[in-house]
Amino acid sequence: MRGTTVVAARSVHKNFGLVKVLKGIDLTVGEGEVLCIIGPSGSGKSTFLRCINHLEKIDGGELSVNGQLVGYRRKGDKLHELRDNEICRERANIGMVFQHFHLFPHMTVLQNLMEAPVGVKGVAKAEAARRGQELLERVGLGHRADDYPRQLSGGQQQRVAIARALAMDPALMLFDEPTSALDPELVGEVLDVMKDLAASGMTMVVVTHEIGFAREVADTLIFMDDGKVVESGPPRELLANPREERTRAFLSKVL
Amino acid sequence: MSRLVKPAGEVETPTGSHATAVAAGDHPDVELTVVPLRHYSRWVLGAAVGIGAAWLIWAFATADIDYSVTARYLTATPILLGVWHTLQLTLLSMVIALAIGVVIAVMRQSENPVLRAVASGWAWLFRGIPLLVQLLIWFNLSLVFDSIGIPGVYTVPTNQLMTPFVAALIGLSINESAYISEIVRGGIMSVDNGQREAASALGMTRGRLMRRILLPQALRVIVPPLGNEFISLLKYSSLAYTISYSELLLSANKIYTANFLVVELLFTASIWYLVLTTIFTLVQQQVERRLNRGVPGAQQQRLSGRWRRNLSLRRAGA
Repeated sequence: MRGTTVVAARSVHKNFGLVKVLKGIDLTVGEGEVLCIIGPSGSGKSTFLRCINHLEKIDGGELSVNGQLVGYRRKGDKLHELRDNEICRERANIGMVFQHFHLFPHMTVLQNLMEAPVGVKGVAKAEAARRGQELLERVGLGHRADDYPRQLSGGQQQRVAIARALAMDPALMLFDEPTSALDPELVGEVLDVMKDLAASGMTMVVVTHEIGFAREVADTLIFMDDGKVVESGPPRELLANPREERTRAFLSKVL
Repeated sequence: MSRLVKPAGEVETPTGSHATAVAAGDHPDVELTVVPLRHYSRWVLGAAVGIGAAWLIWAFATADIDYSVTARYLTATPILLGVWHTLQLTLLSMVIALAIGVVIAVMRQSENPVLRAVASGWAWLFRGIPLLVQLLIWFNLSLVFDSIGIPGVYTVPTNQLMTPFVAALIGLSINESAYISEIVRGGIMSVDNGQREAASALGMTRGRLMRRILLPQALRVIVPPLGNEFISLLKYSSLAYTISYSELLLSANKIYTANFLVVELLFTASIWYLVLTTIFTLVQQQVERRLNRGVPGAQQQRLSGRWRRNLSLRRAGA
């Protein structure tokens, strides 16, 4: 772990009705660190990711990003819920990439990248366009700025989605199974962009099924099952010598 | 063994198309002809409809109706004025209804329970009472309130304010706004939830999400039913006749109460209504075509185009 703590989770609980999805997650992510989360479907890994930017409300424990509680303000021993615009301000610092991209289909690629910086942060249009173009070049899609998302392949759309999140200059990037919806031959181009991003020092939390990517890029790998962190550690170590039986069982299926 | 199958059109002989159709088992190498399915029932039905229509036309042609009167009044000044008033009332009502309808729809999506309750109450109330009754209530509002305004600051006698036009405008637009709010709400809900999440994750507020992300995408779903609503509104505007607003129907009514040519004048009005609805239907089709450009759902257009092309080809070949 390097530098200061970006994400700190202490005993995070989350229920969907009577179903306990997260049963006490404890972890920290330091600045510049890449944390990969693997685990079977239904293990709560995506839910945890969505809690980090308050797309889901947590039901217990404490979750903070850059020292600020997510969704709440602490006054004495009381937690006050934040207002809509305060939550928005917190989220603006956290980029998120979804499994199904969710680009805005009624806007061009460049407009997708400009929308939030101009509308949320108040960046001047010309500046946002310049920065947007720069980010598109970075993900190798500078020439598609004026196309609409539906004209792009899945891999290209996901690269645009990454650029869109980066356009807000986030301190933290969340990836929710970014390659799961892609045709196999398009996975590589997205992973390459993510590797570059990790190399540039971006703090990242990645929920993924790409064990190879996790092994190569992650500083820490976490195996989650049944709403709990079963095992965590350096990826090579964890993948080669899993301590827990459940980890071993899962890895034997996916490797 | 490959067998050549040719469509009937290409090998058709003047004497009949089935001459070359031979049982495949007997002569394996012979060319086979496709015999198109004959739709005899369509011919029978077509003939029946034709006879029925002819009888209707004959009945109306020989009836005691002076069609020259119908034609003459088509361009009479009071009728044209009525057409203009109908158009004015419809267009203005639609604009107001659209504005209110969008606000109500957005309120229904609000997290604020009071706003949600007000919005659903609005839709319940103004969709639940017949439009005709609503028009009469607005027109007779002076029976309830002598004057309207802020007491002590500015008031105006209700009778002076509630002219037939104002009553019709309020009644039509509020009633229509309730229907439009449902259409807009359906449009907003049709947008994929991922759009909401993506916009939220970027830090957009709920208002901005609605304005920039949801409403623009809902538009494509909303516009076709809005076109239908507009055309309904155009026809419903004739109800304003009951509160003496001089739209098309009342203009016709005033003339036939004087000259007793009732059906002739009603036909004049009908022709105008048909002209207006036809024009707006064409406009609606154009708008939809434009909105659907390049969108996966727009296959229909291309398909029907192909279908038409196919039809004309078949006709050319026959």
